[in-house]
Amino acid sequence: MLDTANQVCVVIGASHAGVNFAFNLRKEGWQGEVILFDSDPNIPYHRPPLSKSYIIDGDLNSNLLKPLESYKKDNITLKLGVKVSSINRNIRTISIENKGTQKYDKLVIATGARPFIPPISGIDSAANLFPMRTANDAIEIKKAIDSSEKKRVIIIGGGYIGLETAASLKKTGASVTVLEREERILARVTAPVMSDYFMELHQQNDVQILTNNNVSFIKTENGLNTVFCDDETSFEADIVIVGVGIRVNTELADTVGLEIEQGIKVNEFSQTNDENIYAIGDCTFHYNPHYKRYLRLESVQNAVDQSKVAAASICDKDLIYDTIPWFWSDQYDVKLQMVGLSNGYNDVIVRKEETENTSFSVWYFKDDALLAVDAINNGKAFVLGTRFIKGKQKINKTKLVDVSIPMKPTTFL
Amino acid sequence: MAKITFITADNESITVEGTSGSVMELAVNNNIKGIDGDCGGVCSCATCHVHVESEFVAKTGQAEELENDMLEFDDLTNEYSRLSCQLQVSEDLDGVVFKVAK
Ligand SMILES: Cc1cc2nc3c(=O)[nH]c(=O)nc-3n(C[C@H](O)[C@H](O)[C@H](O)COP(=O)(O)OP(=O)(O)OC[C@H]3O[C@@H](n4cnc5c(N)ncnc54)[C@H](O)[C@@H]3O)c2cc1C
Ligand code: FES
Repeated sequence: MLDTANQVCVVIGASHAGVNFAFNLRKEGWQGEVILFDSDPNIPYHRPPLSKSYIIDGDLNSNLLKPLESYKKDNITLKLGVKVSSINRNIRTISIENKGTQKYDKLVIATGARPFIPPISGIDSAANLFPMRTANDAIEIKKAIDSSEKKRVIIIGGGYIGLETAASLKKTGASVTVLEREERILARVTAPVMSDYFMELHQQNDVQILTNNNVSFIKTENGLNTVFCDDETSFEADIVIVGVGIRVNTELADTVGLEIEQGIKVNEFSQTNDENIYAIGDCTFHYNPHYKRYLRLESVQNAVDQSKVAAASICDKDLIYDTIPWFWSDQYDVKLQMVGLSNGYNDVIVRKEETENTSFSVWYFKDDALLAVDAINNGKAFVLGTRFIKGKQKINKTKLVDVSIPMKPTTFL
Repeated sequence: MAKITFITADNESITVEGTSGSVMELAVNNNIKGIDGDCGGVCSCATCHVHVESEFVAKTGQAEELENDMLEFDDLTNEYSRLSCQLQVSEDLDGVVFKVAK
């Protein structure tokens, strides 16, 4: 066993990647210090509920990644509300804003991403305009909704976060309009059938989604925003939520010569081009052996899996990153589960189950190879899809589409 | 208050006490190996899979459809499988023993 008792492992970013890493490092037997830094003052929490349930029930304590006692028990030091301002690779230290430096033997960068605020004219002076990334964002949105009389919300961007936020805010009694620049929602990540399904779902729930609507400027007077689109339509909004994507937090790594390409570039052990520095989670650009290419992902799965790989590697154990990406989204009472990456598909099979409640799955193929599955209220399709993709299973498409054939591990072969 | 025991894949037996929340949360809060709870308890990830020791099955009740769907094709599933995020901690579970599936 590696002697780590006198070593210090420092982690920048205490969210899904950083926190899981710290606990995994202990599980792998690391005996030295583990120190987590995060500029967010809140005890590290799950992000996915922020847009799903948190704006409705607002209880951060039921949402923690780990309770404080767990950190104490595993002797993990949490430094919250503390921003790391630079890394010095030569003497292996990091600098903490206004608070000196901290030495490290191993450094893990888990800085994630921040919301992208597009350069829309007037966006800086808009009233009650929020991104949706942190607990604080969700709290501020909730406050603004609670204190607004008319509760007219414009959400810029029809991606998962925007759509989930729309569904949640609808439940709080707001009137919600989503403005999407592309010709369909979720265009980047799903097939048109899925976009159509979610369009309809939101319409049924009285949330308006307008596609081909590029916001060009926002005018704000006396706390009331008017959001103008390219085609000169305009919308009054008490609250504006921006959900148009993220920017990766690579600056700390970039300024000290770590390799950057879309994100911090890491090998199969989540290690950067400095052997003492690892990077994990949303901030990485990493190799996926299954799809045989480098990827940048924004998902809990990726953050958690990379945290395991990095912890193992630091403790001299062999574990490489080799997983199929998966993701979920909850809107109203619909559960979407996705596995795999559909990029490059040239064939789509939609299988609709004959059940009382809507349940269907979308299977993305490149010729005969299954790339990805989107499952709506259909855990079976999600699990089977995962298994088929992992095993590079060849599937009989004629059987797959035939709902009289039950979904079983062998029935589509 | 309920005393709940987890037996991990390396046969370590850990008994913990809980009053509320899900069995998954209880396990995560006590760093039980093999229970990750990656999706936060919304039945989306199956990283909270346990086998209920047979004598306690009556106490844990039946799984709902979505939970069963997530479990049905898992290699580690047996007739005692449950997703621990779908089990609420209460006095009813006092004394129950779960084997961590992974
Ligand atoms: C509203 C919302 C809903 C989501 N829903 C889902 C979902 O349903 N399923 C799913 O799989 N994923 C979902 N995601 C994505 C998922 O939350 C992210 O992939 C995950 O949080 C990534 O974890 P991370 O630790 O890599 O990065 P982050 O969560 O971004 O954490 C990075 C941390 O680093 C800190 N940090 C950055 N720079 C510094 C610095 N210089 N000094 C100190 N601290 C610093 C930040 O404060 C932050 O806390 C959702 C995300 C959001 C915002
Ligand atoms: S925690 Fe994800 S399914 Fe139980």
